[in-house]
Amino acid sequence: MARTLVNVPPKAKRGQVIEIKTLISHIMETGYRRNESGAPIPRDIINLFTCTYNGTEIFRADLHQAIAANPFISFHTVATESGTLQFQWTDDNGQIETASAKITVE
Amino acid sequence: MTGETESYTRRVVLAGVAGATALATVPLLVRRAEATPETMKAAIHRVIGESPVRKGKVTLDIPPLVENGNTIAMSVSVDSPMIENDYVKAIHIFNEKNPQPDIISVHLGPRAGKAAFSTRIRLADSQNVVAIAELSDGSLWSDTAEVIVTIAACLEYN
Repeated sequence: MARTLVNVPPKAKRGQVIEIKTLISHIMETGYRRNESGAPIPRDIINLFTCTYNGTEIFRADLHQAIAANPFISFHTVATESGTLQFQWTDDNGQIETASAKITVE
Repeated sequence: MTGETESYTRRVVLAGVAGATALATVPLLVRRAEATPETMKAAIHRVIGESPVRKGKVTLDIPPLVENGNTIAMSVSVDSPMIENDYVKAIHIFNEKNPQPDIISVHLGPRAGKAAFSTRIRLADSQNVVAIAELSDGSLWSDTAEVIVTIAACLEYN
């Protein structure tokens, strides 16, 4: 579906608050635009983004048409243990795109 | 004398034409989908219910003057210790004048460590943007930012 980019610090101290940045290429078509022949272009946006840390959900966002194309979201979490952060984007057509990043906690 | 009468007549005709044009334009304006402060209130009501919202604790950071409404950097932070019994549950962002009043809702927990996030939004017009934070004790806090947009989003037709 789309290209993704996630930025998670590869190493962190236990208890440290880290910033996570995510980006996905997506048109985020609002459904309000029209094509050359005047027909409305159907809505197609990413409506849900979730992030899990070793299987536990730590962040979830419900997106609407007012989010710019190629949605960028950054947020924070506490580095609790070494493991994997899993990212998931879901669009209006039910297509799911995933990404993951490893983190080592000392 | 005759000249004056003629120009008067022409003025009337021109005014009539202008009026007709204005009338023809009105239905077009009415038909455009647009959220209003009322629909924003309704959307807020739908998401958070009847509970009172207080000003404070929330910082909504958007540039006050933006050139391009298609992509505007926005960050929100909430003053909270983010511990097990005192944390921010959710942050909701609303607008007044886009076709839809919702922008984004994020759900957090004590594991966030810091109640803050950033994203990029679209605005169809100069308007107020409202951020509402829902705390773990059920209280609601808000901040409003006024944004002036010179090139609006949502208006381009391919």
